[in-house]
Order: sequence, then C-alpha cells, then structure tokens
Amino acid sequence: MFENLTDKLSQAFSKITSRGVLNEKDIDDAMREIRIALLEADVSLPVVKSFISDVKTEALGEKVVKSVKPGQMVVKIVHDELIKLLGSETTELNFNAPAPVCMLLVGLQGSGKTTTAAKIAKRLKKNKRILLASLDVYRPAAQEQLAQLAKQIDVDVLPIVAGQRPLEITKRALQEAKNGVYDLLILDTAGRLQIDETLMNEVAEVKKIAEPTETLLVTDALIGQEACNVAKEFNEKVGITGLVLTRMDGTSRAGAALSMKMISGAPIKFLGIGEKLDEIEEFHADRIAGRILGQGDVVSLVEKAIENVDRAEAEKMAGKMLSGSFDLNDMLNQMRQMQKIGSMGSILGMIPGLSKFKSQIEESGVCDNLMKKQEAIILSMTKEERLHPDIIKASRKRRIALGSGVEVHDVNVLLKSYEQMATMMKKMGKFGSLSAMSKMLKNSPFGAMMTNGINKRFPF
Amino acid sequence: MSFWEKLGLGLKKTSNAITGGISDIFTKKKLDSATLEELEELLISADFGVATATEIMQKFAAQKQDKEISDEEIRTLLAAEIEQRLAPCEQSFAIDSAHKPYVILMVGVNGAGKTTTIGKLAAKLQQQGKKVSFIAGDTFRAAAVEQLKVWAERLNIRVFAGPDGCDSAGLCYDGLNAAVKNGDDVVFIDTAGRLQNKSGLMDELKKIVRVIQKVIPDAPHKVLLTLDATTGQNAVSQVQIFREIVGVNGLIVTKLDGTSKGGILVAIAAESKLPIYYIGVGEKIEDLDVFSARDYSRQLLNLPK
Ligand SMILES: Nc1nc2c(ncn2[C@@H]2O[C@H](COP(=O)(O)OP(=O)(O)OP(=O)(O)O)[C@@H](O)[C@H]2O)c(=O)[nH]1
Ligand SMILES: [Mg+2]
Repeated sequence: MFENLTDKLSQAFSKITSRGVLNEKDIDDAMREIRIALLEADVSLPVVKSFISDVKTEALGEKVVKSVKPGQMVVKIVHDELIKLLGSETTELNFNAPAPVCMLLVGLQGSGKTTTAAKIAKRLKKNKRILLASLDVYRPAAQEQLAQLAKQIDVDVLPIVAGQRPLEITKRALQEAKNGVYDLLILDTAGRLQIDETLMNEVAEVKKIAEPTETLLVTDALIGQEACNVAKEFNEKVGITGLVLTRMDGTSRAGAALSMKMISGAPIKFLGIGEKLDEIEEFHADRIAGRILGQGDVVSLVEKAIENVDRAEAEKMAGKMLSGSFDLNDMLNQMRQMQKIGSMGSILGMIPGLSKFKSQIEESGVCDNLMKKQEAIILSMTKEERLHPDIIKASRKRRIALGSGVEVHDVNVLLKSYEQMATMMKKMGKFGSLSAMSKMLKNSPFGAMMTNGINKRFPF
Repeated sequence: MSFWEKLGLGLKKTSNAITGGISDIFTKKKLDSATLEELEELLISADFGVATATEIMQKFAAQKQDKEISDEEIRTLLAAEIEQRLAPCEQSFAIDSAHKPYVILMVGVNGAGKTTTIGKLAAKLQQQGKKVSFIAGDTFRAAAVEQLKVWAERLNIRVFAGPDGCDSAGLCYDGLNAAVKNGDDVVFIDTAGRLQNKSGLMDELKKIVRVIQKVIPDAPHKVLLTLDATTGQNAVSQVQIFREIVGVNGLIVTKLDGTSKGGILVAIAAESKLPIYYIGVGEKIEDLDVFSARDYSRQLLNLPK
C-alpha cells in the first residue's frame, strides 16, 4: 500500500548509501528526492517540509561514526524520523467509561464512515452488545444504508424516526443504549466539509451530548494535499482521538496516513482494505514504517509463509516431528516448501536488516542458489543415506560433494544444520515444547526467519 | 448565484494559499531558483502533481530567470498557463436527440458523487424539457437503490430497480428495454462505486457496457466519470483506467465547494483532453455548474474576472 513511496525512497537512498564521502550537494540532492517522493505519495507539503527539516537537523547534529558510511547514516536518520512521525501509540480502542460507552465517527462526504461503522461493529460484537445509530439526515437513504448493514452483521440499530434532527437522534440513541443495556453505542454522522461551520458546530454539539470515549476521523486514503486541512480542522473543531483510513486497497501512495497522523497527533487505529465488512485491520505503525523504507516486516513474511505452505505436507511434517523421525528427505521437503513461499529476494525484502541486499541478491541469485546447492547435495545421496544420515562418513561425503558439484565443506555444513534440526525435533517429540524449537530454529539455516511466528503457528 | 461567486466560496482557501505564498515569495522580487522551487512546491501542494508543477516551473525559469517580476505579473502568467492547459477540456454538455433514449452511464470510485450528480444533472435536463429516467444499477451497496429513489421522487422521475443484490448487467438490460418502450429521451444508469485497481469489478462494468449494446448498439452515448476533487494523484490513474476499460468520454469533478485545491484538474488535463462537463459545488440539486477554464484559473489565483 506504500509501494510508490518505498520505491522512490529507495531510489533516493541507493544514490547515497554506497558512497564513502558525501558532500553537501549530495545531501541536498538526496533531501530533494526524498521531498519529491513524499509529495508524489500525496504527503501534505507542510508535513514534508517539517519532516525534511527534522532530518536535516538530526543529520547536522549527528556525530561522525567511522564505521558507518555517511549515506547509511542518512538512511538511519530518515528511518528514525519516519517512525517518530507515524508514532508508536497503541491502536487499542478506549472504552474506559461506564457503559454504554459511545464512539463517534466523523469525516468528509463519501469517506466511508457508514461502512466503517458496520465494520467496527462486526469486529467488536463478539465481546460487546452494540447499538448502531445514524445521524445522517442529509444524504438520501443514509440511515437506511446503516440499517441494512446492521442487519447484515446482525447488530442492533436505532429505529429510524422520520423528521428527527441529529441532536434529537443522539439523545434518543443514548437513551436507547441505556435502556437496552448496551455496552457500546456507535454513532455514524453525515459527511461534512471542514469549512462548513453550521455542520461542524452541529457535530461538536453531538459530541458534547454523547461524550464519546473515541471520536474517529474517517478519511479516504486516496485524498490529496487536502489531508492536512481536514485533519487540522476536524481536530480543532471537534477533537479527535483516532484516525481510520479507508480504501487502502486502492492506493500505493497513502501519504495521507503520514499527514493526518502528524497534523492531528491522533493515532491511526484502523485501515479499511476492501468493501466487505470484515475488510478492516488494525494499524501497526512500526510495521508500516519498516515497509515504507524497505526495512522489512517479519510478521508479514510468516503470514505469507503460512498462506503458501501446502497444508497436507504440513500435517505430515508435524507428524514426523512429533514422532522424532526427521530425516534428510524431510529436510528436502522443507526446503522445497520454502521455495514455494517466494524467491529469496522477495522474502529478504521483508526481513529487517536484509532488505538492503535484496536487489543485489536478486540479481546474483546467490540465495536461491544456496537453496539449490543444498537441494543438489541431498539429491546426490542414496536413499539409505537420506534415511540414515549418520552413515555418511568421509568417503561418502567426498562422493556426494563430487556428485553435486560442491566442496566437502558444503556437505558438512548441510549435515550440521540437519543435526541441529533433528535434535530439535527430538526434543519436540519428547516435550512437545515449542520454545525449545524456537531456540533451536534460530541456529538453523532458515530458522531465523521463522522464529517470530512460532508463538502463533509453526509454518510447516 | 453565478458560477463565479459559487466557485469563489470554495476556492477561496486555495487562492489564499497560493497567492499568499506567491506574495511571500515576491517580497524578494527576483525570480531566482529558490523562488522557483518554492513556486513549484506551491503548485504541488495544490495537487497539481509533481510532473505538472515542475514543467510549469521550468517554463517560467526559461523565460523569467533572474528578471524582476511583480506579484501581479506572476499570477497573471500562472493563470494564463493553467487556463491554456484546461481550455481543451472546456466543452458544453449536449444531448444528441438523434439518439433516443440517450444513454448516460455513470461510473467512478466509491463515494465520488455518482448518484448525487445523476440527480443534479437530471434536474438540468428536465428543465430543458427532456423526459428522463433512471436505472438503479448499483445493486451492491446497501440502500443505494433507495438513495436514487429519493432523487427520483424529488424530480418525479421513473426508476427502474431490481431486488437487492441482483445482477447489475441483467437489470440494465431490462431497464433499457423499458426506457425504449417508454419513449424516454435520456436514461441514466447509476453503477456501484469501484476502485479502478479491482479487475473483477472493472470487468463487471465492461459486461454492463456489452449488455447495454445488446439493446442499443451505439450506447452508452456518454460514459461519465465522477471524480472527487479532494483526491490526490490517484485521480490520474482513475481517469486512465476507467477510460481504457469502459471508454469514459467525459468528466464531472465533484466537491469543489470544499477542497482548498483542485489543481488535480490540471494534472488530469496534462494526461488526457477529456471534456470536463460540470463541477459539483455542493449537495443541493442546483449545485452543479458548467466548467469554465478561464473562470477556474483566474479564481484559483485570486485575479479579477
Ligand atoms: N460538498 C459536496 N458534497 C457532494 C458533492 N457531490 C456529492 N457529494 C456528497 O458526497 C457523498 C457521496 O455521494 P454519492 O452521490 O452517494 O456518491 P456515489 O459515487 O454515488 O457513492 P457510492 O454509490 O457509494 O459509490 C454524499 O454525501 C453526497 O452528498 C459536491 O459537489 N459537494
Ligand atoms: Mg451511488
């Protein structure tokens, strides 16, 4: 969703990172490129300016570190500033008030408030008794829209009373929420322009009466430079506690995310990623910041791995693990599973610290070659050897190395990592303990990629 | 209220932003490279897009670098430049009565203002004495049909609608046949909002066009893309892709009463010379104005008419 920005930034970085010396002009050029990258991604100009100036100040104050190239230092500073910008606040919703707690959704026309109200309700309804109410008396059939969505997700909605004004509806909704012993009241409002004083006052009034613990500003992620005015005015006139960006599935820019966060100071709580009512996700600033700079996202990697791994194979493998009979054939399978996940280059792109090597690696094919090499070694073994690896001694090693076109050393490396895995599997069989496996995995050739996912689900 | 005045309300903020910025710049008086860069940023911040802004800036640089230039002069030059870029898009919207019914297909991303614009435009055509009807082709979004029905009631117009969730293309087929039988002059087809990068949904739109042509081979006569003026650079790709897939041949830019920018129009004009028939300047039925390149550009830079 930030591909556009990511590409442009890495272009800007690639020009400076490898250089041993940077003069002022180099830095200025890089700053200009970063500025344009941000602007092309629809980040608002005031935000871009302040960002660049922060980066510059940081860069000037930074001590020269002998072992680090100046270009790398710049990348680091930009990364740190970006994380600062996107924030690390919790995205958790605040329901800290006596029930019924109220949540208010506000925003421009057509930004996706009604759909978001239903999506949030659907997410929370397992643990909360929810009442939905629409205060949109302006757009034709807006209340009807919320009523229909509520029905789809099986959540209660305040009955429509024709002719009632938003403030009256608010009071009725609050009363109904109390009477009906609801935990949460979600108020959907009409879309309004931030410069429309009458309507801005109206929603401020609604807020006064309803005393919501969360007032979420819902904005279309496709929004342009206007983002900063919207964030500023809604925050000043209504006061917001969080942001929701909709239609994130429609853009590779989404600079609005950065602008709105910085201007309003409110954390981004949700991203809308599709029209279906479960297509909403929590926002993780750290993951996104990493993504934007190509710094990686281990969690996504594991998720991707889980998606792609053949389920039947996985079950078979799990059985083997538990019985403790893990042989080289299994290791071969495991490597092939890895290859299914995607090329090494694309996997590395998601691992922090490695993503900068991504393009070089893709070009040289080194890593995929490593996999191929290991595969070749196993394929040069006899059936017997694969089932009982401990019979492989010096002469067999020489034959295998010759057969697969590698050095004996390579065969040793492979056997060593097999041993580590097998030991781990045995431990698992004994204790069924995941943490032991997690420890072991760190030492295995591709284990490090997996360890973060261990607590959720083992990808094989 | 005239187009000029109405536009003035919404565009005021833009004008102030731009002209204010220009005045700041020109306390220096000389058009040096730093000034040009700031000027470029100002255009970018009005959603002109980096490419368009850079191009305009370079043009200025070539002509005026290091010359003394007044605030008024630069605004006039800039307005002229913008007007020139937008002029080809200024075309009047006319219904060719040789086609009966004249079929207008309304497309665009979610929440852009398709349904509202149908209501507004139908009112205009009705005033010209045309017999108008609607087909409620958005069978996906909750209460989309009801929304269009409210507009139809206001205008006393017939709506052809099916049950929720029915096949949109099939509905359009039946609706068009009904319009032919009824002797309607103009029929509007509302469609569900869709993002241009969802190929499945775009194919569905293509299917609607194919089905329309089964009833009337040379229809749809107009495919109007509704663009939300608040949109950033994504609007350029909306125009490209909707045009490629369903042959958009006219634009309507909505919500110009609210955006403080609107420079996206210039970015779009740089990519396509599609007519911009109307601009939406509010939520009421009369809030739809003819687009004028000159008015727009001079208003944007706070110049007298
Ligand atoms: N301020 C302002 N609001 C507008 C304008 N045009 C449309 N709107 C509002 O924008 C919102 C969305 O408009 P719709 O007509 O429902 O948009 P749509 O494209 O049909 O939306 P979907 O069918 O949901 O994709 C409504 O609240 C309209 O009142 C305009 O020119 N100015
Ligand atoms: Mg609609």
